[in-house]
Amino acid sequence: MEAIQKHEGIVCPLDRVNVDTDQIIPKQFLKRIERQGFGQFLFYHWRFDNDGNKRADFIINQPAYEQASILVAGENFGCGSSREHAPWALLDYGFKVIIAPSFADIFYNNSTKNGILLVKLSEEEVAIVLEKAKQGKYTLQVDLETQTVTDNDGFHATFTIDSYQKKLLLNGWDEISLTMQLEDKIKAFEQKAN
Amino acid sequence: MKPKTIIEKIWERHVVHEEENKPNLLYIDLHLVHEVTSPQAFEGLRMNQRKVRRPDLTYATVDHNVPTKHRNVISDEIAKKQMSTLRQNCEEFAIPLADINHPDQGIVHVIGPQLGLTQPGKTIVCGDSHTSTHGAFGALAFGIGTSEVEHVLATQTLWQAKPKTLQVKVNGKLGLGVTAKDLILAIIAKFGVNVGTGYVMEYTGEAIRDLSMEERMTVCNMSIEAGARAGLISPDQTTYEFLKGKRYVPEGDAFFEAVQKWEEFATDEGAEYDRTIEIDAEEIEPQVTWGTNPSMGGPISAHVPNPEDYSRPADRSAIRQALEYMGLEAGTPIEAIAIDHVFIGSCTNARLSDLRAAAEVVKGRRVHENVSAIVVPGSQTVKLAAEAEGLDKIFTEAGFEWRSAGCSMCLAMNDDVLQPGERCASTSNRNFEGRQGNGARTHLVSPAMAAAAAIAGHFVDVRSFSNQEVFS
Ligand code: SF4
Repeated sequence: MEAIQKHEGIVCPLDRVNVDTDQIIPKQFLKRIERQGFGQFLFYHWRFDNDGNKRADFIINQPAYEQASILVAGENFGCGSSREHAPWALLDYGFKVIIAPSFADIFYNNSTKNGILLVKLSEEEVAIVLEKAKQGKYTLQVDLETQTVTDNDGFHATFTIDSYQKKLLLNGWDEISLTMQLEDKIKAFEQKAN
Repeated sequence: MKPKTIIEKIWERHVVHEEENKPNLLYIDLHLVHEVTSPQAFEGLRMNQRKVRRPDLTYATVDHNVPTKHRNVISDEIAKKQMSTLRQNCEEFAIPLADINHPDQGIVHVIGPQLGLTQPGKTIVCGDSHTSTHGAFGALAFGIGTSEVEHVLATQTLWQAKPKTLQVKVNGKLGLGVTAKDLILAIIAKFGVNVGTGYVMEYTGEAIRDLSMEERMTVCNMSIEAGARAGLISPDQTTYEFLKGKRYVPEGDAFFEAVQKWEEFATDEGAEYDRTIEIDAEEIEPQVTWGTNPSMGGPISAHVPNPEDYSRPADRSAIRQALEYMGLEAGTPIEAIAIDHVFIGSCTNARLSDLRAAAEVVKGRRVHENVSAIVVPGSQTVKLAAEAEGLDKIFTEAGFEWRSAGCSMCLAMNDDVLQPGERCASTSNRNFEGRQGNGARTHLVSPAMAAAAAIAGHFVDVRSFSNQEVFS
């Protein structure tokens, strides 16, 4: 995966709570056997009407957010199915950072493993960011090293992240090769267990 | 020694490697695989020239995509490709596979327990969030993403941060006609879809001890709907009796040794949890959801809520959006909601006892003329067992369709898809927007409640309904 240290980008406000992975990528698009190409299906039924035309009133479709790379949403983002197609779709569409008061556990792991940075801010901070982003083009700077989120207007927030996840993201490491270096330990465990 | 919960005990027994400021490296005893979340993982292995470390601890089946009507007519080319890809991958990496025409085929969370692969004290993972089902046996079982599937295939381990523990204590006894499904829906309605986030839940209390294994699976299945990756129940006599004689369970003396080992995993008297929540079984009625997440529901006697009655703005707008999607007016009695479809199936409620419960309600009656109804057994084994008892006849004579095993209309990835605006009483676990088809409206209920709704054409309290002799 690609390393992520700092990211600056336009913020798209998705003012909904409990956004589930069925919404992020509906099941009829899970049948591919590759990791790429899921961005076109992101939030499919919110983005497109039954004839496949873009819904003008859905936030992501509005011109101000076309270039957005940071998504901000309500609590419990990514709940539901374990499909990793959800982070693949978000990343493929162009989102590198997602900000919310809380995330579902499996979604959090899946995203981190694909180099998406999930930022947990308080409900109050998220409300501020949502409001500012709703006004139009709004940019945030996210710094993983210092664990801060800032804008050009004095907004400043900090976030916590597990130190191991942080290291993986900062370095873009492949976790499997790290684990394979512990093969002796895995073997020893298996011998002991039998 | 300090008393411990089953969660801590299983955890400690599976740590392969510990380091400061890092999650633990956890050994995985059983890895279940299906066609939708695995192709990219196998592809990753091939790209890096890696092998499957323990094919003998891995077991695969096809369930999400499979047709349930005409078994071998797969109209969807991409679905066909996903199934044949799994077949090739299992061959290449020597993984046992219950393929579409195999007698063991079925929903992955139904066949694990049925084969006895699921056992107390095991760590079990699968690229599917309802892996929590296996927790009913006192296993630590949780859903993982495709990158993690690849990691387990390659190393038989996972990096996991130690979870916090949440006790869900269910006091007293469930009333007559109130099922395990009603219990878990009531828990989620009361505590919300977020209560378990970051926790593993352990269900305790009298009402839980009274449940059969199949009912326990229904409860643990929906732990993920409360936000918890895993939910489990300490093993007891009920567990051991269920497992006895299952294909992958040791026999004879080895069985008794196994039971002794399993018993040690049960939570110790006086063990402490990070958090405890409680609910009284007596207060629970048959449940029906009215919204677009599993916490948006309540008793059959209730009315569709009014968003304006909620104080939090986020709740108000979520409920408003849900009612709009569901096409429901605030204040409507739940019993007055008419339905178009009934789906009895899924890893939540498609085991033999579920089908029996539904058949009992249906027997000698007719599905309402405005309703189309299907029964999809959880596995081919369940299907055969049900047919041996004549349940298929009861259903088909009443006007239900009787299908082959698969996920089917639980997530509508095969041909079993609802049309926009259609309303379904479903025994599955998710009522998310579009889950059963774009624009389709899902109400989660127990098998008995689904059966009663099929006959009545609208929701109805199965407890009063069952006694009515004549029905038009
Ligand atoms: S039945 Fe539904 S919830 Fe269960 S594994 Fe299949 S799709 Fe998932």
